[in-house]
Amino acid sequence: MLESLLRVIALTRKELLAVLKDRRARNSLLLPPILQCLLFGYAATYDLNHVPYVVLDRSQSIASQALLSSFDGTGLFERVANLRRQRQVRDYIDDRRALLAIEIPDDFARRLEAGKGADVQIIADGRNSNTAGTALGYAQSVVNAFNSDWRARHGLPGPPVTVEARAWYNPNLMTRWDMLPGLIGTLTMLQTLMLTAMSVAREREEGTFDQLLVTPFRPPEIMAGKALPSMLIGIVQATGVLLIAQLWFRVPFQGSFLTLYAGLTLFVLAAVGIGLVVSALCQNMQQAMLFSFILIMPFALLSGLTTPISNMPRSLQYFTLVNPLRYAIDIAQRVYLEGAGAGVLMPDLWPLAAIAAVTLAGASWMFRRL
Amino acid sequence: MAASLVTGKDLRKVFRAPGNGGEVRALDGVSIEVCAGELTALVGPDGAGKTTLIRLMAGLLAADAGSLRVLGIDPAIEPQRVQDRIGYMPQKFGLYEDLSVQENLDLYADLHGVCPQERRQRYPQLMEMTDLGRFTGRLAGQLSGGMKQKLGLACTLVRSPELLLLDEPTVGVDPLSRRELWVIVEHLVREEGLTVLTSTSYLDEAEKAARVLVLHEGRALAQSEPAQVTRIAAGRSVVLDPGPGNSARSLQARLLDDPEVIDAVPDGGLVRLVRAAQAQPGETIAGLSATPVEPRFEDGFMVLLRGRAAHEAGVDIRLQRPPAPAEAGAAVEVRDLVKRFGEFTAVNHVSFEVRRGEIFGLLGPNGAGKTTTFRMLCGLLPPSGGMLRVAGVDVGSAGAAARARLGYVAQKFSLYGALTVRENLEFFASAYGLRGAMRRERIDWALRQFDLGAHGRTASGQLPGGFKQRLAMGAALLHEPEILFLDEPTSGADPLARRAFWRRITTLAEQGVTVIVTTHFMQEAEYCDRIAIMDGGQVLAQGSPAQIRRHALAADGRQASMESAFIAVVEAARAGEAAARP
Repeated sequence: MLESLLRVIALTRKELLAVLKDRRARNSLLLPPILQCLLFGYAATYDLNHVPYVVLDRSQSIASQALLSSFDGTGLFERVANLRRQRQVRDYIDDRRALLAIEIPDDFARRLEAGKGADVQIIADGRNSNTAGTALGYAQSVVNAFNSDWRARHGLPGPPVTVEARAWYNPNLMTRWDMLPGLIGTLTMLQTLMLTAMSVAREREEGTFDQLLVTPFRPPEIMAGKALPSMLIGIVQATGVLLIAQLWFRVPFQGSFLTLYAGLTLFVLAAVGIGLVVSALCQNMQQAMLFSFILIMPFALLSGLTTPISNMPRSLQYFTLVNPLRYAIDIAQRVYLEGAGAGVLMPDLWPLAAIAAVTLAGASWMFRRL
Repeated sequence: MAASLVTGKDLRKVFRAPGNGGEVRALDGVSIEVCAGELTALVGPDGAGKTTLIRLMAGLLAADAGSLRVLGIDPAIEPQRVQDRIGYMPQKFGLYEDLSVQENLDLYADLHGVCPQERRQRYPQLMEMTDLGRFTGRLAGQLSGGMKQKLGLACTLVRSPELLLLDEPTVGVDPLSRRELWVIVEHLVREEGLTVLTSTSYLDEAEKAARVLVLHEGRALAQSEPAQVTRIAAGRSVVLDPGPGNSARSLQARLLDDPEVIDAVPDGGLVRLVRAAQAQPGETIAGLSATPVEPRFEDGFMVLLRGRAAHEAGVDIRLQRPPAPAEAGAAVEVRDLVKRFGEFTAVNHVSFEVRRGEIFGLLGPNGAGKTTTFRMLCGLLPPSGGMLRVAGVDVGSAGAAARARLGYVAQKFSLYGALTVRENLEFFASAYGLRGAMRRERIDWALRQFDLGAHGRTASGQLPGGFKQRLAMGAALLHEPEILFLDEPTSGADPLARRAFWRRITTLAEQGVTVIVTTHFMQEAEYCDRIAIMDGGQVLAQGSPAQIRRHALAADGRQASMESAFIAVVEAARAGEAAARP
């Protein structure tokens, strides 16, 4: 037992030395996660902070002016043109000069003054459904505010029901807040999986794997010695992303580090297990690299990071059940934003443990057969 | 004297080693002349600069200094004009393994723009010469090593070049195919008047050339007729008979230490010696009477080489805890061992036995099944059938304890290149369960015994070739194994390094270590107690070197060389196979 442990430590030390002594390998492990994290933090956002729009104001009334100025007053909407003809709307939308077009009918003021309801038409550029939806949502809330304001000023009774919306855990619904914790798992996954898969493939390609196999090392010891350094490096990378989220983007951390790291450890173990299976199947580094990339795309797409899993077709939802990233993102977001404890995270933790157990056992079986 | 097709003067080429900024002087002021209609040989060990020189001539590299004219053209300035008129066969010729023999030939004919009319005339000639006519439909990937080389040669000759450049055409080819290749080359020169320049690391091949250029570490040691190199050793070559009951190997090992001795090799049960001074008639050496013999090219080469380099010191390895005195029983026992890869049977019912403390050689060409057998013995490959026992157990299924009794040095340097020499030793010491004072002691031992002390902090990937091999040996001996497996340990090593290597092996065997070694250098069989000759996955003959040599007694009653014995054994086996076929 002690002999085994000493051998595993020796292999772990060797692996770390091999990776950390090589400047290129060192850089390629630490720089990309940091750069990607900054990139995602700034670029990957569904929040709109600039909505160019055009107006076709047929009413030309004080009421219509009031409505439009409440759009302009948000600082979010920028009026790029006042149009005269309906035809012009198409031009502005088509070449993306405007995201929205607001058309106010000529009886707008008259109907309002008469205490009747008036219609305002808003046309959105649906070529990007996400952005259009968000912009329409913003427009809706501006109109709602205008309505309540108008009623109050004209002594009319308020609407029977109003919605008082409050978002928990992310009060301003900033994409960055859920994106960055999600990245802790996502950015770690690719590198951990590939590092593991490549480290065995490299030894096989360079002939050192044979040299290793003729020493007293047993296959499980080799696996442990390969898994530990990848896990360590994965955890360090995750820590890097965590630090950037907290210290650079100032997303407040609500939970316990212990819970987060326990979850992350299970997650990198599962990722390493998949990497070891890949490495057992591949004869050289090129295969290992390709195989890792083939796996990582569906893992990332079907993780729930960018699109909710509940929106996916049922068959794909089943696939997400064996995707360790799905659970890692859930754990990271819940611990980070809501401060969830280990108890409520059980539905995420045990599948990770199961994936790790299956992949590690599978890899060990395949190693024995080679 | 015939016109010279290649004239090179004072050629120099330096390569920068990647990473550490060191440089390698591949060519350090070499001049060369290749005369029309002649066969010129570039001779020297790996790293002597042979390939670099050939690549300069083919216009693939430009020299740093010096002048070079090939067919009157400077290949560095007008490479295409030179390449249009020469044929160049690199060490690893670009055959397309998934194309048939005919398709490969057609492809090269297309690439060189050979017209159909010319092809009709050329193909039959090439097929007759290379004896590949029967195999035109076979995929190139399924040809044997020797046939691949012949096909490469045919593809190079598909349009008649004015000058043929061959880079080690016979490397890794079995002695039989090697002989056939040389028949083709000599035919080209003699019958077709082609000018050929070929490089080789086999010194015996140089004797077939009209002129040789002997290269060593980027410098020319000689450029002359081969006989002139041989003559350098005139009167210095003798053989000694160690006498009954004494081994030629230990006598040879002892003699190498004598400053008066330039070279000593075991040869047919005797020891062949090249002395620093002229031998006197009736002289005795080490108390034995010396019989003068005709010098060989290799003897002359060794005299030239020893003028530059001394024998490696400290080759006398002393184990601290040598294996217990030989217990009864075999160290390795193999019976009816079979390995199939799909349809292909790589090892076909192989049986042999290695006694404790013996040096056992597995000889054979590439693809004979040596390495596959080896990998099964070390437990790296499960056998498809048969029985094998190493130190009493099947290593493949036995545990870590069994592996701790073995040492293994792979054919290719397979330690961790990014790690320093010391880190590699530390890792393997831990792998073998050495710790504490013992571990330090063994690492110091390896650094000392293999003269690696000065390189302790060097990344092992940056070590010069010879040192890499010493490190691999050191790592494999840290745990003082009972059985040492060495896969092609001397391929690519220069003659001096090879002699030092065999010294180490001899001293290890004397201390009770069982050594199993594969090699395709037939002369090296002389160092073994017993050998098995493998070809096509089968053991064709086994026994002591003397027994094997008896398979081929030369017609004139002289002792046959190991090489001709090998050829006789393989030819007899193949003839028997052909006869058995209906």
